[in-house]
Amino acid sequence: MAVTFDGGVIIGSDSRATRGGEEVSSKTINKLVQVHQRIFCCMAGSLADAQAVLKTASFQLNLHSVQMEAPPRVIAAASLLRKLCYHNKDELQAGFITAGWDPQKGPQVYVVSLGGMLISQPFTIAGSGSTYIYGYTDAKYRPHMTREEGLQFVTNALALAMGRDNVSGGVAHLVVITEEGAEHVVIPGNKLPKFHDE
Amino acid sequence: MLEEQGPEWMSEEVKTGTTIIAVEFDGGVVLGSDSRVSAGASVVNRVMNKLSPLHDRIYCALSGSAADAQTIAETVNYQLDVHSMELGEDPLVCSAATLVKNISYQYKEELSAHLIVGGWDRRGGGQVYATLSGLLTRQPFALGGSGSSYVYGYLDAEYRAGAGRTDTQRLVVDTLSLAMSRDGSSGGVAYLVTIDGDGVEEKVFLGNELPTFYDQ
Repeated sequence: MAVTFDGGVIIGSDSRATRGGEEVSSKTINKLVQVHQRIFCCMAGSLADAQAVLKTASFQLNLHSVQMEAPPRVIAAASLLRKLCYHNKDELQAGFITAGWDPQKGPQVYVVSLGGMLISQPFTIAGSGSTYIYGYTDAKYRPHMTREEGLQFVTNALALAMGRDNVSGGVAHLVVITEEGAEHVVIPGNKLPKFHDE
Repeated sequence: MLEEQGPEWMSEEVKTGTTIIAVEFDGGVVLGSDSRVSAGASVVNRVMNKLSPLHDRIYCALSGSAADAQTIAETVNYQLDVHSMELGEDPLVCSAATLVKNISYQYKEELSAHLIVGGWDRRGGGQVYATLSGLLTRQPFALGGSGSSYVYGYLDAEYRAGAGRTDTQRLVVDTLSLAMSRDGSSGGVAYLVTIDGDGVEEKVFLGNELPTFYDQ
């Protein structure tokens, strides 16, 4: 998931990878990939497809940035991903959330869905665990949150989703991106907020 | 042509793709449901009350196939009447839930309905039982129906043990409203039934009376 706050964005994910929904093949995979200094993406769907697309998009983004002689815009990263997803929609099963900060528009969150739709939203959630937290995020999101409120929002939402979805779990990876740069925060399972039945 | 082809919805099964909730509070329970009944992509009833009485202070919430759910509720209503006459007093919520569970389990291959049972009795106060697939379990709150997936997180976060009557009513209405705004098969109005030692209170929240959230 990713959410904008006053001055930046926070992108977060769980760390579980499963095979067939039965075996946890990795407890600590990092689904947050840095494509540029202030632009991160998180993968959804088939992780193999997503990794392949991200590698290509990262390379193209760097080339674009060299040609423009300026850091790339967040929408440029998202558009590259969209192009790859749309033109290869028959072969791929990958979706992305792109979040970052650029000097032109400040903090932004973009979603590229499975078929290649690109939209901008103040916050977004994705992945199998997201169904369980639609209600929570709809109720709790406020525009112009502070950094601390944003962190609490993402941490709570991830913890709730991991509590209900059996293919989500492990640790919570969060990256806070602002004008100053990107800061990676990892919250281990036992430090996640607990709710009524735990 | 051997048969006249009516509109599509006439040949689709009627389901209460739905959101149902029951939450226990200090001294009673609150049950809530939406009011949409769909047959495929059409809404065939937009004001159906899915909270059905099983006895004076025991209600159940219906989800899944509308016909199956209604039949189970009517059968258990009858069985509870007989049981309470034999006992000479009001039945326990657990008895009502057990009767529902017995039918759901025995006919689990044929039926596709999930009933949540909630009520108040003198022995145990407010209680909520889930009977999904024929299991019987008492829980502080239970969710059901297609819309329930979207609000597990919200209810996990907001539920407090020992909350009061009005807080719990507000929690149920908020949860229903969130589910109805995300689930295509849930919508319409929100029905609430609050049961405690003093009796039963039924309330309806029309579309424009439902709480709204940041994007509405």
